[in-house]
Amino acid sequence: MDFSYTILIPLIPLALFVILGIFSKKIPASISGWMGSIGLGVTFVLSYYAAYQYYLNGKVNGVYQPFIYKYNWMNFTDKLHIDMGVLIDPISVMMLVVVSTISFMVHLYSRGYMKGDDGYTRFFAYLALFSFSMFGLVLATNLFQIYIFWELVGASSFLLIGYYYTKPSAVSAAKKAFIVTRFADFGFLVGILIIGYYTGTWDFQELNNPEGSVITNWASTSFMGLSVLTWALILIFMGGAGKSAMLPFHIWLPDAMEGPTPVSALIHAATMVVAGVYLVARLFPMYYFIEDGFALQVVAYVGAISSLFAAIIALTQNDIKRVLAFSTMSQIGYMMLALGVSGYHGHDGLGFMASMFHLFTHAMFKGLLFLAAGSVIHAIHSNYLQDMGGLRKYMPITHITFLIAALSISGVPFFAGFFSKDEILTAAYENNILIYISSVFVAGLTAFYMFRLYFGIFWGKDKEYEHTPHESPMSMTIPMMFLAFMSIAGGYIHFSKYISPDHMPFEAHLNYYLAAIASTVGLIGIVLAFIFYKKENNLSERFSHAFGIFYKWTYNKFYFDEIYLFVTKKIIFGLVAKPSAWFDKNVVDASMIGIGNVTESFSYKIKGMQSGKFQDYAMGFISGGVVIAIVVFYLWIN
Amino acid sequence: MDILSLFVIVPIITVIALGFSKGLKQSRIVALAGMLVQLGMSINLIFAYLKERAVNDDIMVFVKDIMWFEQFNIHYSVGVDAISVVMIALTAVIVVAGIFISWMVDDLPKEFFISLIILSTGVFGFFISLDLFTMFVFYEIAVIPMYLLIGIWGSGPRENSAMKLTLMLMGASAVLSVGIFGIYFNSNIGTDGPLTFNILEIAQVNIPEAAQNLFFPMVFIGFATLGALFPFHTWSPSGHASAPTAVSMLHAGVLMKLGGYGVFRVAMYLLPIGAINWSDFFLVLASIGVVYGALGAIMQKDLKYINAYASVSHLGLVLFALLMFNKTAWNGAIIQSLSHGLLTAMFFALIGMVYGRTHTRDVAKLGGIMKVLPFIGAIYVITGLAYLGLPGFSGFVAEMNIFVGSFQHDDTFHRILTILAVSSIVVTAVYILRMVGKIMMGPLSNPEYANLPKATWYEKVGLVMLLIPVVIIGVMPFGLGEMLKESIEPFLERLL
Repeated sequence: MDFSYTILIPLIPLALFVILGIFSKKIPASISGWMGSIGLGVTFVLSYYAAYQYYLNGKVNGVYQPFIYKYNWMNFTDKLHIDMGVLIDPISVMMLVVVSTISFMVHLYSRGYMKGDDGYTRFFAYLALFSFSMFGLVLATNLFQIYIFWELVGASSFLLIGYYYTKPSAVSAAKKAFIVTRFADFGFLVGILIIGYYTGTWDFQELNNPEGSVITNWASTSFMGLSVLTWALILIFMGGAGKSAMLPFHIWLPDAMEGPTPVSALIHAATMVVAGVYLVARLFPMYYFIEDGFALQVVAYVGAISSLFAAIIALTQNDIKRVLAFSTMSQIGYMMLALGVSGYHGHDGLGFMASMFHLFTHAMFKGLLFLAAGSVIHAIHSNYLQDMGGLRKYMPITHITFLIAALSISGVPFFAGFFSKDEILTAAYENNILIYISSVFVAGLTAFYMFRLYFGIFWGKDKEYEHTPHESPMSMTIPMMFLAFMSIAGGYIHFSKYISPDHMPFEAHLNYYLAAIASTVGLIGIVLAFIFYKKENNLSERFSHAFGIFYKWTYNKFYFDEIYLFVTKKIIFGLVAKPSAWFDKNVVDASMIGIGNVTESFSYKIKGMQSGKFQDYAMGFISGGVVIAIVVFYLWIN
Repeated sequence: MDILSLFVIVPIITVIALGFSKGLKQSRIVALAGMLVQLGMSINLIFAYLKERAVNDDIMVFVKDIMWFEQFNIHYSVGVDAISVVMIALTAVIVVAGIFISWMVDDLPKEFFISLIILSTGVFGFFISLDLFTMFVFYEIAVIPMYLLIGIWGSGPRENSAMKLTLMLMGASAVLSVGIFGIYFNSNIGTDGPLTFNILEIAQVNIPEAAQNLFFPMVFIGFATLGALFPFHTWSPSGHASAPTAVSMLHAGVLMKLGGYGVFRVAMYLLPIGAINWSDFFLVLASIGVVYGALGAIMQKDLKYINAYASVSHLGLVLFALLMFNKTAWNGAIIQSLSHGLLTAMFFALIGMVYGRTHTRDVAKLGGIMKVLPFIGAIYVITGLAYLGLPGFSGFVAEMNIFVGSFQHDDTFHRILTILAVSSIVVTAVYILRMVGKIMMGPLSNPEYANLPKATWYEKVGLVMLLIPVVIIGVMPFGLGEMLKESIEPFLERLL
């Protein structure tokens, strides 16, 4: 079978980026939007074709085979080198489908949403750059290639968050996102260096082989009580946590909502932020086998804590995009914890499969939630919940699609999120009861805050709008309808037939008891939201008063931003950078100037010796002669 | 005429021709023509070198040797390997770009271009020399015009800065000359031949360890001062701040690279035992420089100071990599020299363009320039991203080679220093984004800036010329690395 055509999937957006980027002033908006959409449409078709071909015919003896096309890009040492290439295996094909679907939909949507914007062509150029980088990341054949595209998605995210670059809040959000993730990438890079040195390879096929020398020899090295490779995996996960906004690197994600809403849907909900999950999944055999899964335990707990933490914060936020951002963080926590509790062989790999399944369904319904939120913001020019109400009459399509996505994320039966979440909860239940309980609680919180949004936006009384809100144009509603379809249909794909850690299909069945518990908790959340927010009442205020301090802490996101600000401003700037600048000026430079000054003053003092007066010279000559005579005499008598 | 000496002769002819030209228009055309010839020759040299390398296994090719001063056995001796070839190309690109950027220099244009080209003559001569004495002479030729260029065409406290820069560099060359003479007087040990300055001949001699230990730090500090080694870097921020744009470009872009090149070509090659004995000490200094320069850049308020401290950090990385004695790291060091040369020249050019229009380099006073000057703004952002090591640009290739190479040492000392150096990628991101975010993005800080003149064609040409090699190295690093590694090998063998 030949998958070499998949190389076109990243190359088409790259070509688009180069053309749109260089001629951004020359290409009129009407053409650039179509160019971007058609280009991504082609990658969409290619990706679905690849998925069809691969999942249908990719098996040999019941095991999915990887297909690799690569060439050597840069050599470091005799063994270590970077390849650029394409790796086709079950999870990369699944990611191709996710990225191309969302990217194509967002391109279509942006044609309407960005209409009339000054930088329309520039926007599509950035989107193309992002799509290229994300495809490259997904298809990477080795750890270093992932790192390269990892940095590139970071940079395109920087450009897109800062798209409205004259707005100070957008600029600082873009900077924050880049610097925080860069700090996490520092760990990632050190992890890569460690892996390179101790294993001599970055190639996924060699690293991930359960019988290979890398995994079987993990115990041969140790550092502070753990295998060196475990440290490397933890450091690599640090990079993943940065991109995926896990604790404690999550602070950039809410601010990243300063970017245009289609960008939030594409990058900060569906694709880039799940790169961390993808990275762990990509190296799953290493995480699972090395040190009996110690690093994987770290992944599980970070995921579970982040998931709970974010869901709590999402309860109190008033900016609808920020609620969705925290919701994203919470759902990514789900995916992480699912990987963390997963086994490797056969049915034990349920958590892995569930994580990928949820990644897929989440991309669809969260992408849709953002697009729908964008449609609302487009109509009423505000992000804040208190400015919204009663919009269901004006925006029927937005209303229905948003409702479908909200039902899906809340885990209501027969919607996509129900199936994937159920698999995650089952995997957690079988492996770690503590994480299971927390996850069920998060499911309830999720349903509550989503329906808080839903009722707040679409029900209740009309607010005073500048002009009567109206439904968005077709270019925006069609992508939303497609994603709404996927938010239901996506759940009926039998992921366990296609995706498993050992690439062997297995059978996963719905666990009806657990499903019943989860749906009940979800429904309770929805009902509570109905009571609190369906009609205007003061219940929510009374509750926030009752919970006083807790409410305040939640509303302020547990003061994480303030902590970071303190560390960077006071400690790094104040106690490190400032003193070193002072040291440079007053010690290093001053001592160089001092040498100059000493020389100058010394020469000033001795310049009298060349006075031009004969008497002085004669005096010097005679005294010198006398001194020499004394010395000679002294030496002679000895 | 041999292919290498032309690199000195063409600039000399250009300078003579400039002597006869009048006014800005004539002198810039003459200067540009001469340097375009130089650029063409340097590109030709790359291909000629590759062709010659295929049939010639010598360390240096195109060797030419003429007796210059018989009494002391001083020769005019030239030859190149891959490293000098790429450095020559770098110099030629930056000089031409510098001329485009100085297209409108209004004060004494003829004298300005003469000084600029004399400076570049020194640099070209330095890169082709195989004889320590000739090398030293060319080095001094490069430093002296700097004084005039800053003192006459500079800004701010220019006399003071020019004096500081020249005196510190002269002080360093005094130390360096002692080191070079130390090598010279040990150059016939065990051979009974005459004393020699020829690098390849000295490399055949085993200089006694005591002498190596004594002279290595002199030669190293002598060169590394030019490469902004901590704590001998303070000439660079004030010197750059006062220098005119093209001079800053040439100085940070090329002249500072002589430091790393000299360390590699002279100090480590001729005094390998000294290098090994002193490496830990200087490695600590270089690592401090990497982090310290980056931290210093965070706190600066003047754009040129930011760039100068950033150079301390990035060139510290070159010295750091050289002291790792590892093929991959050395390869990275040379690519880093190229990459930093191009990027820092771009930054200085951009800063010059912003300064020329707004008359301030104060970060606090600038803001939102991209809205008014989209081309300059876009290139500024690209340069910033390239500078902080984004894949696809040369900086990434250089840094990754350095980090991967350095990490091949498995002792704690080298590991810790490597991780320290890696951490600089975070600090670099902080100061670059702080600068780009403040001056290019955000609201327009001053309503008067709304009508700033757009980038002119010569400014665009200058910037694009520098950007092209940055992208080529970043996207297609394969050929360059192989070409350099072959030339690194004989030098590295001396240290292992």
